[in-house]
This record gives sequence, structure tokens and C-alpha cells, in this order.
Amino acid sequence: MNLDIRVPIGLLFLSLGGLLTGYGVVTHFTSPEIYAQSLDVNVNFWWGLAMLAFGAGMLHYGRRAVARSTAAVGAE
Amino acid sequence: MHTTLAWIDYLIMVIYFAFVLGIGFALKRFMKTSTDFFLSGRSIPAWVAGLAFISANLGAQEVIGMAASGAKYGISTAHFYWLGAIPAMVFVGLFMMPFYYGSRARSVPEYLRLRFDEKTRGLNAISFAAMTIFSSGASMYAMAKLIGVLHIFDPVVHALGLPTGYVFHLSILVSAVITLGYVYLGGLTSAIYNEVLQFFLIVAGFFPLVWLGLKNVGGWEGLIAKCPPGFGHAWKGMTNADTNPLGVEWFALAMGLGFVLSFGYWCTDFLVVQRAMAADSMTSARRTPLIAALPKMAFPFLVILPGLIAVALPTPTAVEAPTSASASVVEADALGHGLIPAKVKTDGSIERDSAGQPVLDYDLAIPKLLLHYFPAGLLGLGLTALLASFMSGMAGNITAFNTVWTFDIYQAYIKPEASDKHYLRMGHFATLFGTAISIAAAYVVASYNNIMELLQLVFAFVNAPLLGTFLLGMFWKRATANGAFFGLLSGIGAAAVHHGVSLPAGSVPGVKGAWINRGAEFVANLAGWSPRLPFHAYRNEMAQNFWTAIWAFGVCFVVTIVVSLATKPRPDEELKGLVYSLTKHDVEHGLPWYRKPEVLGVAVVLMSIALNVIFR
Repeated sequence: MNLDIRVPIGLLFLSLGGLLTGYGVVTHFTSPEIYAQSLDVNVNFWWGLAMLAFGAGMLHYGRRAVARSTAAVGAE
Repeated sequence: MHTTLAWIDYLIMVIYFAFVLGIGFALKRFMKTSTDFFLSGRSIPAWVAGLAFISANLGAQEVIGMAASGAKYGISTAHFYWLGAIPAMVFVGLFMMPFYYGSRARSVPEYLRLRFDEKTRGLNAISFAAMTIFSSGASMYAMAKLIGVLHIFDPVVHALGLPTGYVFHLSILVSAVITLGYVYLGGLTSAIYNEVLQFFLIVAGFFPLVWLGLKNVGGWEGLIAKCPPGFGHAWKGMTNADTNPLGVEWFALAMGLGFVLSFGYWCTDFLVVQRAMAADSMTSARRTPLIAALPKMAFPFLVILPGLIAVALPTPTAVEAPTSASASVVEADALGHGLIPAKVKTDGSIERDSAGQPVLDYDLAIPKLLLHYFPAGLLGLGLTALLASFMSGMAGNITAFNTVWTFDIYQAYIKPEASDKHYLRMGHFATLFGTAISIAAAYVVASYNNIMELLQLVFAFVNAPLLGTFLLGMFWKRATANGAFFGLLSGIGAAAVHHGVSLPAGSVPGVKGAWINRGAEFVANLAGWSPRLPFHAYRNEMAQNFWTAIWAFGVCFVVTIVVSLATKPRPDEELKGLVYSLTKHDVEHGLPWYRKPEVLGVAVVLMSIALNVIFR
């Protein structure tokens, strides 16, 4: 099967992580008061970054695996 | 604390829904045969099957129920993992998977037919199918109720011009339609792939919650100092039921939970075993539950700690409540314990027990904590994680149901020997009507304040005796078909009788137990007497469930042995590959030592023992 689950996981985490990071940056200037409840930590920004990193890793390994299996099929 | 969602929260949910359905569509073209649809073509790598193995179990009972138990009983709840799940997962991987995978059975009931006979399989298939529908209904009900109580989707429903009561119906419908969509399109593969996606999303959603919570209360030390006494220990006071929060003594805990309930669930429940059966090789199938055990061990920190954090935080006073909150919500919060509010009845009044104390709504531990800590943005992620857990649990039930229905009920009793295409179509159809009946079941489920205990009760009736049948079937070649069948029946009967003559403290006779007493009293009343029949009282529902399971297993075990010895054994020749002593154990050649299932199994057990020692 030519769908490696790491690819959609990577894409989902990249989209959500990017969204959260961006939202964290914008709210940092527009409405920093929303972070009072999260103990004054801009959790959107930092957790968004972590999700971006995880998503990038997943996508990288997923794509590499797909490329390898396609190459293996092509060689047959 | 806010009670409405921002645009970004909805956007995150919509993106997630698009991804799960997208996976279904991407897999649709691979679903050509019934093997593709029901068994993922036996092509799933071990790590994917492993994560799906725990994710399928990560439904409502896990996330909401474990946090609820954490808030109620403290870290002792971790026994469900470190004493229960982990040893059972190691056992099923090392000792039972060779027979499930090796026999080429397509389902757990089908193994029973190969090993015993048609009637044992029928009994198991029908009770299992009913249980999956019930579980998925319970999962949907829990989610819809939560969403209703949180009032976060009220604006959406109002925008559609519907009354507030429709939040419940709409939540059930939306979650059911999306889950149905991706299972219908991509079968078991789609369910498994989405379970892996959901696994990572659940971790991503709850990890920051635990981090913020612990930071807030002052780390582990601060948390335990603010919790009721005994909450920081899993084993302290276990010698006597009166000296620990669980209300059970060590024997009931180890035998009831550690052995019967956990082994019964993880070793014989097709919902989880199906994930391993879809693995791409015998080695992968054996490694599936072992790989699953690694993250499973860490899960108490993700799902139980939020419950402890919720009780450790100060109880909100009426002054802090947002102006938009209704009077009943403010009152419920103020009467609660920490962030856990009192239960509000549908008429807006507070539910109280027989002593006049407010009844706490423990199931709200996680959602209340999400609203407490997460700002717009992360709140969307947290709620999406919650939805993901409900969906993965439901999809697990639906895929197990459509397989057992198609192979073990439809093919076995209604239409044998049809074309493969016909069964594939039936699988699609079963996915549809399975979802439809679980929606109906969702409306039936009510009355328990802790979902976990309700499900444990069902497992005690159906699964606990089954463990006896499987252990004897796989490891004792003398066990016969009639032995298994009558053992199973009497085990289920024993569970029902035990439940019928015992009652947890503070409950009224009826659905919670002692219904045999009540029935007998009723009949006696008709005859003109009014006796009070004594029942056995347990400290709580958990203790009652553990003992129900112990009785069910014990009776099944003994009756199976007695009947087997009185009936004619099957010849050894027919049992090859189905029974331990008659199966050649192929040593996995060419695997480096660190990849061998046995080595992984021992490592997992050692880690689990270490956790038990640390949190003793």
C-alpha cells in the first residue's frame, strides 16, 4: 500500500503547528491577556513550534519510506 | 475562564475532520477484497499496529473515565495500567498471538470455532457484537453529554436556529457520520491509520495540560500535598479494603483487576486483538502488543494526573465565575471538589446522594481542566484531542463489529458460501447499520456517574469467563467443545448471579446490583409475605466488579475442566497450531536479539515493576 501514515500525520501536525505558532505570534501583540490562564506562558507559540518540529520529522521519514518503496517497485 | 470558542478553535477541529476523512478517501481504492477491508490485507507494520492497538482502546472509557477515577481514587488508578494492562499485553504478545495469527483465523470467535465448535463461537460472536455496539454507544453518549455540559457548542446550535437541547443530538450525529465515513471508505486500514493519527493528536492535546497543571500546583510534591490523603500511593493500605481509596484489598485487586479483567480484555477482546491480526508477519503480530505497552505505561501521566490536578486546584467561588455562566453552573462549581463540579440534573437542580451531599461529576475533570488552562488556539487542539479519542474508540468498535458480524454471524449462519464481493458489500452495510444501532444505544445509556465502572461491569459479564475458556483452550489440549461451551455459559451465569445478590454502598437495588433480592422480594410480596433478603454489600462499584469477574472466571474455569474430563477429547492431530503443547514453536531466525519479542517483553515487564515500586 502506497500510503505511509507518517505523511498525513506530518502534514496534520505541520498545519496545526503552523496555525498555533502564527496565532501565538499575533496574540502576543494583540491580546496577551489571554495567556493569564496559561500561567503567562504563550502556550500557542511554544507548543505550535514543538508540533511543527514533530510534523517535519514525521513528513521527512514518511516521504523517505515512500520514495524507497517506489524505487524498489520500479526496479523490479 | 471563557465559555465560548474562538474561530481558531473551530478551524483546528475542521482541519482535523478533513484529515481523517481524507485518509478514508485515500485508502478507498485499495479496498478490493474482504481481506483488505476486514484485515487490512495483513500488511500493517508492527509500530503502526502497536499504536492502533492502544489507540482503539483510548476511547471515552479511557480518557474521561481514567481522569474521573484519578480524581476519585488518586494514583491507585494506575493499577489499571501497571498491574492490569501491561502484564496482559506482554502475555498476549508472547504466548497467545502465535495461535491467533498462526491459525489464520480472521477473528477471535473464529479461533473458538477452530479450537472448539460452532456453538461456542456463536455464543462469543453474538455477545461480543452486542458489547461493541454498547461500548460505541456509551462512547458517543459520553461525548455528547460532555459537549452539552460545557456549553461550548451552544452558539453553533443557536446560530442554526435550534434549541440548546440539540447540542446533544448534533454532537452524536456529527461524530457518528465522520467515523462512519472513514471506516466505510477505508475499512480496517482506515481505522488503524486514523487511530495512529489520533494517538499523536491525543498526546499533543493533553501533554501541555499536564505540564501547565503540574507547574501550577508545584510539581509532583505540590500536587500530592494538595490532594486528599493516600492519593499519591498506588499500593499503600492495600492489605485492607478500609485503608485505601479504592476500597478493595490486594487479593481482589491482583486477581480481579490484574488477572481476570485485564487479561480477559487485552487477551480475548477482538477489538484490540484485531489490530495485531492485521500485522504483516507473525513477528510483527507478536511485537504489536509489546510495542503498544511502551506508551501505555506512560499513559497514567497523561490521563490520570489531570484528575488529580483537578481535585488539587482550589474550588471556584461564585465571585470568579464569568458573568455569562448560569446560576446552576456557578452553584455546581462552588459545591464541587477542586475543579470537579457537582452534578446538575436536567431541571437545573444539584444532584444529592441519600446523605444530602452533592454528587460530584468526575467525568468533567479533563474538560474543566482544558477550559481552565487553555487559551483560544490550544483549547481547540485540546478539544480536538478529546474528539479524536472518542472517534478512535468508536471506530475500533465499529470495525470489530463489522468483521464479527460478517464472518461469524452472517457468513456462519445466514449466508455461507457467497462470493468474496458479497461479503465485502456486507462489510460496508454492517458498518452502516452498526453505527445506526450504536446511535440508538447512545440514547439508552444513562444513570452511571463513572463510565469506566459501567464498562467494567459489562466486561465482567462477557469477558471475564471468556479468559477461562481461552486459557484452557490454548494451553490444555484436553479441553473439549462441550466443556468450553458449558463453562462459558455458567461463567456468564455466575457473573449475573453474583451481581444480582451484591450491592455497592450507597446504591439502590436494581441496575447496580441486588436485583435478584429485589425480584425475590417482589414475588414474595405477591404471595403476601414481606421478607427483607440480605445482600452482600461492597464498599463501591469497583470492588463489586472485581469480585463479579473473579466469580465468573472461577466458575467458567472449573466447569470447563469438569465437563471436558467427562466428554470425549479431540484427537491431537486436529489441534495442531491451535494448542500450545501441539504447536511447533518456530524460533524467529535472523532477528538480532534486541528485536526478539521475548526480549522486548521482559524489558516491558521490568519497567512496569519499576513504576509500581516508584509509586508504591
